[in-house]
Amino acid sequence: MHWSEYLLPLAEGAWVTVQLTVYSTILGGVLAFVFGIGKLSSNMAIKSVSVGYIELFRGTSLLVQLFWLYFALPLAGMAIGIDLRLPPVVAGVLALGLNIGAYGAEVVRGAIQSVHQNQREAARALNFTPRQTLFNIVIPQAIPEMMPSFGNLAVQNLKDTALVSLISLGDLTFRAEQIRNFTQDSTTIYTLLLLMYFGMALVVTVVMHLIERFAGRWRMVGS
Amino acid sequence: MLFGFEWDLTNPLNFAISILPILLVGMWVTIQATVLGFFVALVLGLFLAVLKSARSRFIAWPARLVTEFIRDTPLLVQLFFLYYVLPEYGIVLPAFMTGALALGIQYSAYTSEVYRAGIEAVGRDQREAARALNLSAANTFTHIVVPQAVPRIVPAMGNYLVSIMKDVPVLSVVTVLEMLNVAKIIGDRTFDYLVPLSLVGCLYLVMTLVASAGVRVLDTYLPKQGLPLK
Repeated sequence: MHWSEYLLPLAEGAWVTVQLTVYSTILGGVLAFVFGIGKLSSNMAIKSVSVGYIELFRGTSLLVQLFWLYFALPLAGMAIGIDLRLPPVVAGVLALGLNIGAYGAEVVRGAIQSVHQNQREAARALNFTPRQTLFNIVIPQAIPEMMPSFGNLAVQNLKDTALVSLISLGDLTFRAEQIRNFTQDSTTIYTLLLLMYFGMALVVTVVMHLIERFAGRWRMVGS
Repeated sequence: MLFGFEWDLTNPLNFAISILPILLVGMWVTIQATVLGFFVALVLGLFLAVLKSARSRFIAWPARLVTEFIRDTPLLVQLFFLYYVLPEYGIVLPAFMTGALALGIQYSAYTSEVYRAGIEAVGRDQREAARALNLSAANTFTHIVVPQAVPRIVPAMGNYLVSIMKDVPVLSVVTVLEMLNVAKIIGDRTFDYLVPLSLVGCLYLVMTLVASAGVRVLDTYLPKQGLPLK
């Protein structure tokens, strides 16, 4: 087999990897905001749930989380009489999203705390409610601060999608493994695989830079 | 039975207690892989950092490209590459060594940035003062820059140690019997994944909490101004 013949099956796998990355990054982004804001809440119940989520998913290994969702969760469901068998793609997106969301939540918390106290005081003086202050004053200014870290996390997430091949999801790494089992041409396949991931990471970096530029407009003028 | 320990399937609690020693054997492998991988990352990262700060563009630029390439490709694929490609060129390493090497290579990209940032954070005036006092370049580096850079570098390195620990389960794909792989084998044999995998999650939480606490203690005891030399 000539190496160019590997490209079609690898491209199919790459498409799965792209979808996984996009869905899990979006899920992670939503979770990051929910629990990042939740950690700063004055309500003890919300705060402790957020801290618990962040510590649990940052404190354990992604592969352990993935295996737990895929192998252990169905058994837990069986014990309480609910069918919790997840298709590999759902388990993969959930594990990746939950994991990256926990890291993102710390970024969101840090960025919100970095917004200057004067801004909150001014909003209070103008009679904004706490909710208006958070969503109209604090968060728009915090987002540009989050973007560089979010860019790193998105690349991290792309790299982590390779792990879903271990729960038999047909992503880029999984396809490459199949071809290698068939042709035993390890050097060519893994070199191609590394280059493809590198190319995809560069695309993710560029996209995140564009979003960063867009979000930069919300940065306070003169600060 | 695994590693000479029998499991007791009468109820979940007994099962958990009976497999704990088996998982601890796996945990010991996890710790060994973490330490060895961290050591490789520290050495290789320093090497990359030195190359990246070289004056010649023909050395610094390729070093930057290599760092970027390592950082942007998945650990799993790098591990497969080392495990399946190296033997084709006559380099046959045991799975554990290949795994620790892969961890070290992946994290050397991160540690090289930590070294660079730590050294750059030492103020320019420090170097100028050393120059005014007629210290040689080598003396300036070993006696002025390094003692002040170390307190900045150590906490960041500690965080990467914890990250390496969380990436060790990836080595299970090349048959390394670390904690997750052991739990998976127990699950395969008993058809109960819930208890072993949950237990691994708990043990990981304990390990990362202990490691993070250790890093924090180290950080509080390190003098912020730099290590005193005499």
